[in-house]
Amino acid sequence: MSPLKIVGVALITSLASTAAMADLVFPSLSYRTGAYGANGIPFADGYADYFTLVNERDGGIGGVPAKVIECETGYNTQKGVECYESTKGENPLVYQPLSTGITYQLIPKVTADGIPMHTMGYGRTSAKNGMVFSNVFNYPANYWDGASHAINHILGENGGDIKDKNIALVYHNSAYGKEPIRTLTELSAKHGFKLTEVPVDHPGQEQKSQWLQIRRTRPDYVLMWGWGVMNQVAIQEAVNIGYPMENFIGIWWSGSENDVIPAGAKANGYKALTFHAVGNDFPVFDDIKKHVVDAGKAAGAGDQVGTVLYNRGMYAAMLAVEAAKTAQGIHGTADINAAQMRDGMEALVMDAAKMESLGMAGFGPEFAVDCKNHGGPGLGAMQQWDAGAGEWKLISDFEPSDMEIIQPLIDEDSNAFAEESKIELQECA
Amino acid sequence: MFYRQAGDFKTTYRDDIQTFPLKQDRWGYYIVLAVAFLVVPFFINDYWTSAVMLPFLIYAIAALGLNILTGYCGQVSLGTGGFLAVGAYASYKIMTSFPDLNIFIVVLLSGVVTAAVGMLFGIPSLRIKGFYLAVATLAAQFFLVWLFNKVPWFYNNSASGQISVPERSMFGFAITGPNADAPVRYLFCLTFLVLLAWVARNLTRGRLGRSWMAIRDMDIAAEIIGVNPLKSKLSAFAVSSFFIGVAGALFFSVYLGAVEVGEAFGITQSFLVLFMIIIGGLGSIFGSFAGAAFLVLVPVLLKNIMVNWLGWPTDIAVHIEFMVVGGLIVLFLIAEPHGLAQLWRLAKDKFLLWPFPH
Repeated sequence: MSPLKIVGVALITSLASTAAMADLVFPSLSYRTGAYGANGIPFADGYADYFTLVNERDGGIGGVPAKVIECETGYNTQKGVECYESTKGENPLVYQPLSTGITYQLIPKVTADGIPMHTMGYGRTSAKNGMVFSNVFNYPANYWDGASHAINHILGENGGDIKDKNIALVYHNSAYGKEPIRTLTELSAKHGFKLTEVPVDHPGQEQKSQWLQIRRTRPDYVLMWGWGVMNQVAIQEAVNIGYPMENFIGIWWSGSENDVIPAGAKANGYKALTFHAVGNDFPVFDDIKKHVVDAGKAAGAGDQVGTVLYNRGMYAAMLAVEAAKTAQGIHGTADINAAQMRDGMEALVMDAAKMESLGMAGFGPEFAVDCKNHGGPGLGAMQQWDAGAGEWKLISDFEPSDMEIIQPLIDEDSNAFAEESKIELQECA
Repeated sequence: MFYRQAGDFKTTYRDDIQTFPLKQDRWGYYIVLAVAFLVVPFFINDYWTSAVMLPFLIYAIAALGLNILTGYCGQVSLGTGGFLAVGAYASYKIMTSFPDLNIFIVVLLSGVVTAAVGMLFGIPSLRIKGFYLAVATLAAQFFLVWLFNKVPWFYNNSASGQISVPERSMFGFAITGPNADAPVRYLFCLTFLVLLAWVARNLTRGRLGRSWMAIRDMDIAAEIIGVNPLKSKLSAFAVSSFFIGVAGALFFSVYLGAVEVGEAFGITQSFLVLFMIIIGGLGSIFGSFAGAAFLVLVPVLLKNIMVNWLGWPTDIAVHIEFMVVGGLIVLFLIAEPHGLAQLWRLAKDKFLLWPFPH
């Protein structure tokens, strides 16, 4: 303990300010800096812009304005915890950390604090089991669904027989990248393909040895679980070794414009999964242009509208808004709290009519969340990069995953967690 | 005027060699301790604990540990992140293998495990010095992180490779896990810090500490006057790693609750702790505290000023924070190469003579 510290503490005490607001608060744990900033920026912009749109066009959610508090995490778990603690005093409704590492940290904390968390297409896959993870939601799809979608696509291309095929998984050597391994191992046992694991360490700027290995072993397909700068480097390296791009499939986090554009025309044909539509050919984008961009209220530089990750951020915000509306309906009050928001998320129904009314017809799959299943149906589609036109194209419908393999894994993992942390299962009607 | 040596008579040798020979220093120390233990816990909340106090306390322990090795014994180490990881994974394995073991003992045992690993990686120090040793410890950093990533036994075969802390309590208060209260977590880490700082202070002014400093100042001369380099260097590695292991165990179990080795214990951690002791002051207990405080508190302070007060965009705030912290580090190193501890010492010396310096 030093006088210096005391001075520092006194300084910060005088500086830390928290104001109580009557708005509906949606913290955005974003990252606009660091090795993952290129991917973090469009998502954060989309997330913020949709709330701005709701405020400007509809006067808020059920008449109550939404407020987004942004906190920079840099994709770093320590900063993520700081962000969580600094925002949780402002009555936040739902957290969306956009990081599997931060998700793992926050799962016990949000459960103890009674705040819901939505990890859309990332995070802990077994959180799909709502009886164990009462406050964590990962609809509409998760990593294990993604792994299964990729294998289903490969099955489809090979007429259902991929025995003796060689499939490599290039993954970010972290909780995020390791998530699909269990599922892929089970699937390889079921379908008889050979799985090779190729880890890439954070941040992934150096992948020469990994791609040398791929060049030597020539796997029939390469799957990728990458994020941030790792994506661009991997796609460039695949181009360099002349790997056929149509056999290179990324998860939905490895399939945005800024991943493929640096590799130029040769990235043509690269495939990636997605759980929502691509492009800006939806009425909602006209509203965003009118109420947000042209009004000068866009987040960030305002140049990301319509990109894959912008759309994803917007989709995440839209699901949060719809869940808040559902919660307002259930509890008969416009000024909902975190516990009521949780009920809203658990009762969320996204059907075609609702998406149509939002100007987002067909933007995402139809799904419904319930108490037991916090993960939705796990539908996913495949998109492919058209370098000539400079845009992603959907090349399949939203299709189901192999729940025969995934469900036992989810039960096993979530029950192990429940036992380890002595969690009482949530009662489901 | 008030802060002075005059009139403070010592009548025994024991009084003469105490840690704080000046009465005012001693009282200052007691007051800080009393405030830290008796006042702060009543005012602290979750934000203060998780964002400010726990990182400060834990990094101070790690900085103390590295200061023993680098500042007192002169062995440069870039393996701090790896040793923190050993502490964290040891505590996880011990906690899950022996669920009934007291968390206090778990943390101490993690320190012991890390001390053993540290000694193992300290063996090359008997043959190589300086930059070459830094490279050898760098190897420890990368090897240990790779090991914890590669071998599923260390993370109990969990699907994601993450380790998550189970709930453990002492005297009926939860220490780890999501239900632990802010003051309890703070006090738990503070107790470790005070105990370890006391141990470090007394080790470094005793026979062992003197042998470390002899090795640091000139190893050949030290050997000639009868200091055993094997014993001194390996004991420095052991004690240093023990401290860092305790810090790693607290970092994982009390502070973060879940970690993933590559991200939480990467090379940046090694550099961070090294910067702490360089800025704070090599070979100084106070310097370890000052360096940890500087590198933990300044970024949080800057962030609060720029984002909460001025309402700047978060990305610009982060970039400016990098520049300001980097600039301050350079400034401090130019203005006072011996660190904040030396500044503090000079200020005290000036103040002792004030207002009649001649």
